[in-house]
Parts: sequence; C-alpha cells; structure tokens
Amino acid sequence: MLSRAAESLFWLGRYTERAANVARGLAVASRMASLTDELNAENDQWRSLLVAAGCEPAFFQHHREATEEKVVDFLIRDPGNFSGIIPCFAAARQNGRSVRTSLTVDMWSALSDSWTRLRHVTPADFQGEKLHGFLEWVRERVLLFNGAAMDTMLRGEAWLFVQLGTALERADATARLLDVKHDLLGGPSREVTVQHGQCQAVLQSVSGLRAYQWTYRDRIEPGRVAEFLILNREMPRSLAACYDRVCEVLELIAAGQGGRRGECHRMARATQAALHAGRIEDIMRGGLHDYLTETINGVATLGGEIEAFYIRA
Amino acid sequence: MTGNAFDEMGEGDRLRPAYRAIAEWLRKTPPTDLAAKRAEAEVLFRRVGITFAVYGEGGDPDRLIPFDIIPRILGRSEWDGLSAGLSQRVRALNAFLADVYGRQEILKAGKIPEHLVVGNEQFRPEMRDFTPPGGIYTHIAGIDVVRTAPNQFYVLEDNARTPSGVSYMLENREAMLRLFPRLLAQHRIAPVNHYPEELLATLKAAAPERAGPDPTVAILTPGSFNSAYYEHCFLADEMGVEVLEGADLTIEDDVVYMRTTAGPKRVDVLYRRIDDDYLDPKAFRPDSMLGVPGLMAAYKAGNIALCNAPGCGIADDKAIYPYVPDMIRFYLGEEPKLENVPTYLCEQETHRSYVLEHLHELVVKLAQGSGGYGMMIGPHATQAERAEFAARIRARPQDYIAQPTLALSTVPTLVEAGIAPRHVDLRPFVLSTKDEVRIVPGGLTRVALREGSLVVNSSQGGGTKDTWVLDRDPMTGGVPC
Repeated sequence: MLSRAAESLFWLGRYTERAANVARGLAVASRMASLTDELNAENDQWRSLLVAAGCEPAFFQHHREATEEKVVDFLIRDPGNFSGIIPCFAAARQNGRSVRTSLTVDMWSALSDSWTRLRHVTPADFQGEKLHGFLEWVRERVLLFNGAAMDTMLRGEAWLFVQLGTALERADATARLLDVKHDLLGGPSREVTVQHGQCQAVLQSVSGLRAYQWTYRDRIEPGRVAEFLILNREMPRSLAACYDRVCEVLELIAAGQGGRRGECHRMARATQAALHAGRIEDIMRGGLHDYLTETINGVATLGGEIEAFYIRA
Repeated sequence: MTGNAFDEMGEGDRLRPAYRAIAEWLRKTPPTDLAAKRAEAEVLFRRVGITFAVYGEGGDPDRLIPFDIIPRILGRSEWDGLSAGLSQRVRALNAFLADVYGRQEILKAGKIPEHLVVGNEQFRPEMRDFTPPGGIYTHIAGIDVVRTAPNQFYVLEDNARTPSGVSYMLENREAMLRLFPRLLAQHRIAPVNHYPEELLATLKAAAPERAGPDPTVAILTPGSFNSAYYEHCFLADEMGVEVLEGADLTIEDDVVYMRTTAGPKRVDVLYRRIDDDYLDPKAFRPDSMLGVPGLMAAYKAGNIALCNAPGCGIADDKAIYPYVPDMIRFYLGEEPKLENVPTYLCEQETHRSYVLEHLHELVVKLAQGSGGYGMMIGPHATQAERAEFAARIRARPQDYIAQPTLALSTVPTLVEAGIAPRHVDLRPFVLSTKDEVRIVPGGLTRVALREGSLVVNSSQGGGTKDTWVLDRDPMTGGVPC
C-alpha cells in the first residue's frame, strides 16, 4: 500500500487510542480527587495525570498551577495540546479522511459522528458534574471505532497499520501510567488504605480491576499490579500483550511482502522476548522507574523504526 | 425569469409524459413526508462524507451540496439526440487540441484568429510537437448544457481540463435508490453505476504501449484540502486504484514510481486532478508544492500517460468557445448537432459596443473564469454593478465575453415554501479513447435553489438532482410533448 496511507492509518490508530487513554486517565484522576483527603494526600492527581499523558512541560508553559479545571480543559479541549482528547479526534479524523477509502463506512461513521459532536463541545459540556458522562462517552466512541474496525475492516495492510498504531500507543500509555505511580508500585509499603486506593485507580484506568482479581484471587498489592500490567500476556493492555500484538502485526505485514523485514522487526521481537522471559522481581531490583523509562524510550524508537522502514524509505 | 421559462415537467394538460409518474407521486405524497425524506437524504450524504469545501470562504469546511430529492428526467430520444451532439463536440475538441499542438491547420486556414490560440495563457508551448499516447488529449470532458425549450439545448461551456461532479451523479443515484426504491422501479432508468468501470477502461486505453495489457493507473490529487477531494477518493475506490499526492511519487530516469510500504512501484497512467500550473514545478509554476518535479519530462519521454493531457485548457477557453461549431465543420465535415450560445467577445470592437449598450440583458463572464466567479447577470444586476462591469470591460476587454441571458428550463424542486420550479443545467461526462467516445446516460443536474436565480454553481449556493434517462420513451398518449 501507499506509504502515506500507511502513515495515516498508523496515526489513526494511535490518535484514537490516545484519546481513549487520556479519557481513562482523567476518569481515574477525577475519582481519586473526589476521595478522602487522606487518600489524596499528595494532592498531585492532576499533576501525575499530566506526566502520564506526556504533556506536563507544555501545560506549565501556560499555567502556573495544576488545578482540576485547568488540567481537565488542557487535556480535553485546548487546541494547543496535540495529545488532548478533542485535538486527538480532530487528528484522527484528518488522518482517516486522507485514507477515507481504506476505512469502512462504519469506521468512518464512528469517527465522523464523534467529531460532529466534539467540534461543538464547550467547557460547559465537560467541566464539573458533566465530566464523568463526557469521558464515558469518549471511551465508548473509541470502543465503537475499534469494534467497527474489528468487525468490518478487510484484513489487509490497511487493517494491520491501524492495529500497529493502536498496539504501540497502548504500550506507551501503559508504561507511562505505571511510571507515574512507580513510587507506589515499586517503593516501600505504605499505609494500606492509600496504597489500596491508588492501586485500584491504576487498575481501573486500564479496565483491569476485575481481571486482576480473576488472575490473583487475592488482595491488591503494588508489586502484583506492576507484574500484571507489565508481564501478563492475557491482560490486553499489559506491555507484554501490546508487544505480542505489535510483533504479530509486523510479522503479518512482512508475510504479505514476501518476508521483507527490517530493524523494527528485530527490535520488537527482542523486547517481546525480554517480556516473555522477564520476572517482576528482577525488574524491581533494577528499579521500576528506570525500567519504565527505558520502555517508554524503546516504544518511541520502535515507532521511529517502523516509520523509517515502511513510510520514509 | 422563472415564470416564462420552459418547465420540464409541465402541468395540467401540458404535463410532459416522462414526468407523469413523478407528478402523481408529488401529488399524493404529503409535504411532511417529502421533508422527512429530504432530511434522511442529508443524513445519508453526511454519513458517506460527500462534502464540498469552497475556496476562500469561511464557514463550514464540510459543507454538503444541497441534494434535491425530485429527479430531473430525460426521455430516451431526447438523450440520444443530446448524446450524439456531445460525442461530436468532444471529438472535435480532441481534433482541435491535436491540431493546435501539431500542424495548426485550423489557424493556417484562418478559421480561428491565431493570437486567440497562441497568445492564450491556456496554450502550453511545452505540448508542441508531442503526441500523447493514442492522440487523445481530453479523455474526460464535462460539457455544460442548458435547455430553453423541448428541443432546444445549448452548450454553455466545455470543461476539457479536470471536470468534477461525477461523484455526485453516482451518489445522487445511490441516494435515490435507497430513498425511493419503488419510485425508481416504476420507471425504467438507464443505469449510471458503471461509470467507474468505463473511466478505468478509458484510462487504461491511454497508457503508453510499453505498459502492456494491465497498466498501473492512479489518481493524482492536490490533497485533502481540495474541494473535490472526496470525489478523487471516491473514484479511486470505485476503480480500485490508489489516490496519490505529489509527495507519493518519485521520478528516476524519467520513470514515475509511487512510494509504497513494499518499496517503489511503477505508475503508467495518472488521472490527474491537479491543474496544469501545479503539475510540475520544473515545467510550470516553480512555487507549486502540489506537483511532481520532472513529471513533464517523464510524460514527454513516453513513460507515463497524463489524463487529461496538459494544455487542454486551450480547448475550453471562453474566447475559443465561439469557434467550436467551426471546429466541428473543419475537422469532422459535419454540421454541429448542438448549438452554442451566441457569444460576444469584448475584445472585438463591434461586439464590445453591442455589449456595452445591452448590459441589462446580457450575462458578462471572465473569459478565464470558472465556478461562477466574476460574472454579472445583467437583468439581475443593479445600475452600479452594471457601471462597474462596463468600466472593467473598457479597461481589459480581452478578459470578458458576454452572452444573452437564456431562459434556462426549470424542474420542480423542493424548497422552503413547498414544490416550486427552479432553473437547472446539465453536465454530462464524456469519455474518449482513440477508438470511441462513451457517455454514461445522464450526468449531473445542477439546480439554482434561489427563486429566479440562474446561477447553478455549487460555490454559489446551487444544489444537485438525480438525472434520469428513461430506457424507453414514455407513451405519449396524445399529450403534447
């Protein structure tokens, strides 16, 4: 397929996934902020969220204080923030529009109808009491888009590049989410209620609370949460599962091109192998923050290699 | 204007037979049902993403061209006559292009003043003494036709460069099939949905010989900000070919390749929807970001076909238009089957003084303009507007032409106040190969939605209708046609 089309599809996958991840992050931060002071002692939910979304520096260029209202506005509406929900949808739609014919009508409708509503959204539609409903709607729209893709899209290269974008973005989001909480997940034990509440929030933001309980059938412990979201291949948003998907998709693209492979294939496989063989104890021993920083950089490098091999060649 | 114009449906004992079933349907359907259907149509169009952005205007970037649910109907014999005239006209335009870029016989014979051709901005000296594959220049032409009486069709203008609108012809029919399946089944309507296949066959036929039996065809678009981008994608999808932007192409040793995820792939035919000026910064405008540097050299080396050929603008220039009937006589030895609208070239002194004295009854247009920009409709203009145009004509007479204001035919249209006659035109799409000319029955009917308005351009608030060509003539049953 055309390199430019592959690029648009890849970013279509990334931007839709990013919009949903920001919505998930916001929902959890809002929940944490509304819990007891004790639980919210550090009062840094909003700041952490900016870090997780990778937009902390950009935010503080324009704002002095990370208040709820400002962070919510920045992460939902602010046209200057490319990782905000509405700008992500705008970018997703623009990418979708430029490969309109590779999308099915259902995918396009999911994108386009979302945009039709979002372009008229004002702060009154998402601030305060409206926030929860709005975020729920965003998540549903992305689920609808993913479902439409899953159910209707021809399983050709176009499909694979959307999947590649989604899987890579998801790996990035999970690594960032964990990194924000690395103190909690990798550090010494603290007061139980705080710890429990925060772990719960992390799991909720990846729709993984139930899944955790099914897997461990035991109380929520920080180390297990890290293990679950890094190494568990059955958990669809874990790093291992995301890398499984990235490798699977890269192999399918290579198979369609007579086995043509490049550095991106080697790199993805190496990371996947390390995740398969990895043990949480070893990761903790080396320092969770360092591990996650390396992972975040690795995702970015892999993204660059994919573009170099398929798009800019 | 509307009152004394020819209405294509008619009413009472002047109801025209082709519209009998439609008249009955309109009579029986409550206005609220029609309004509901219109709303449903809008949802359909919005859903498929068929939108039209207008250059240089703010507002909704994803504006829909209004679609009118009442069809425009042509009987079989009406269409056959029209179609023969269109085919004749486009054959002459192609012959003219081959001639002016070749031996220039028509200029030598004195049939067209030489300066109008050679001194024209649309004349591309780069195309001299080069013959495109198959000798065809305008593979896809859109000929704008208006009607003033049952048997009186006029060609209003030729579009020999990159005519757009065919996606509306196709989507309008799709919408009608979904909205009114029964109504369509009652009529026997010639299908239009094979247009993309005909287009692909036309483009393949234009390929350089070395490309072999299955050439790689692609569409070249200016990009997603172009008003017709939807159409470019739509046609690419329907034909199963790629839609490319300039940056998707690379040229090496005069061979054109597209960048793909699996490496470079050779392209044989480009259905380009970029204007000549922007096609190749090395050959034409050096500041163009849209085109492909070196494309003209690859074209002239015979490695790629461009459809339409560069330089077609000389055939549809408004200053050349008055000479098309003479071209038909000169190249084909036939009498024109379709009439031109009488046209005054302001640069000719006798014409100019006539125009200046009759501004109140003429339409004045820019010779180079399109899309309804820079025109004045005398009978609708204010005194001040007429004075302004008079001054412009005196200052740059060569830029202006004038034509009588025709009483364009009307077709019933659903407007705010109910069903009312509105003026229409018709753009059929004419496909040419060296062996034949093909026209899908019908075309795009554009309708001026404002009462009395004669401007049908979508950039000026015009809408569209589905155009039905009946497979057979309806029984006349004694009703005057």
